Amino acid sequence: MSDYQLIIVGGGPAGLTAGLYAARARLKTVLLEKGVPGGQVLNTDWIDNYPGFPEGVSGFELIDRMTAQAKRFDLEIRSGAEVSSMDLAGPVKSITLADGNVLTARAVVLATGARPNKLNVPGERELAGRGVSYCATCDGPFFRDQEIAVVGGGNTAIQEAVYLTRFASKVTVIHRRGELRATRVVQEQAFANRKIEFVLNSRVTAIEGDTGVERLRLRDNDGRESTLAVQGIFILIGIIPNNEVLPAEQLEMAEGFIRTDQEMRTNLAGVMGAGDICHKEVRQVINGAGEGAVAAMSAEHYLAGL
Amino acid sequence: MAGDNVKHLSDKDFEETVNSATPCLVDFWAPWCGPCKAIGPMVDELANEYVGKLVVAKMNVDDNPSTPGKFGIRAIPTMILFKGGKVVDQVTGAVGKTQLVAMLGKVL
Repeated sequence: MSDYQLIIVGGGPAGLTAGLYAARARLKTVLLEKGVPGGQVLNTDWIDNYPGFPEGVSGFELIDRMTAQAKRFDLEIRSGAEVSSMDLAGPVKSITLADGNVLTARAVVLATGARPNKLNVPGERELAGRGVSYCATCDGPFFRDQEIAVVGGGNTAIQEAVYLTRFASKVTVIHRRGELRATRVVQEQAFANRKIEFVLNSRVTAIEGDTGVERLRLRDNDGRESTLAVQGIFILIGIIPNNEVLPAEQLEMAEGFIRTDQEMRTNLAGVMGAGDICHKEVRQVINGAGEGAVAAMSAEHYLAGL
Repeated sequence: MAGDNVKHLSDKDFEETVNSATPCLVDFWAPWCGPCKAIGPMVDELANEYVGKLVVAKMNVDDNPSTPGKFGIRAIPTMILFKGGKVVDQVTGAVGKTQLVAMLGKVL
């Protein structure tokens, strides 16, 4: 006998939606979340493209509603449950928690998500929380009437650069390429904003300051060095997978992300993936949630066939 | 009840609270910060579990600008652990309960 029919690892939109579907299908399910439910969407101030919210919705409220909905069907959510290792190869999957407890189930949905990438330059770690930030929503208001930089050229970076102009007197976007990667509508907003300046074809080589960020060292693609005085730097250069607890020797991966088929099945029978941990192009709340639904239904189908 | 054991600090009573003999964990937060709101219930839980051993406090950085400034806080949620008025440890971000409990081990 295993403890549960289904274990879901991760409590972002993908995991919570998988939990909603599984609990509603009356599978004995537990959702393990290392912190508190939410994931990266908590870092988003406002979501304008999640259907059903014509005025938009805050990242926090969306998660709050998803959690409440899953709980309505009695989903067991364990917050602060950190996984230390997994054995997913056999018919009974076992998941070991950091506190030593072992949970078993015949099906697992992996929805561990991703986290912001780091620049890995001198000063970044030392000044984290003292002007170095990865979350514009959380930290933007600390930079009222100050000059700051945003590193990155994708949708997140450019959207947040626009958001940060609500507070900062000037926002300099630093991007290593000559063109932004963000979609046209997002770019147009940024180009129209007089508080935003662009330093393209350049990268940050160091973050300097005594008790907080004071300046950045930059190098352009021709090797010319310069400095930029700012009080804050927002690093929004993509994500890296939360794959540290996944069994790499069992699970088929690509570039650190899980490979799945259309039904969100991995190479291991009874193990599904969902959300940002999956190898894919588009990482939005809507498809993360959609994948969670598909993964739960695949789990249900798999369990029914046992 | 949830949150009943949490002390809500202001710039005025901050010093007095962290200088007391009982160790104190202060959660710096603001209503516009999603991760802060998400970890709120977990902080309430800690307050209930450590009653008498630890003062668990929250400070709204919007209403109280001077204390966060003094500690160089430019990111929230930030949690600072104090003992006898001195900073023992601090952590920024929506951390899990396990990590916070490990941090509390330094004073309890």
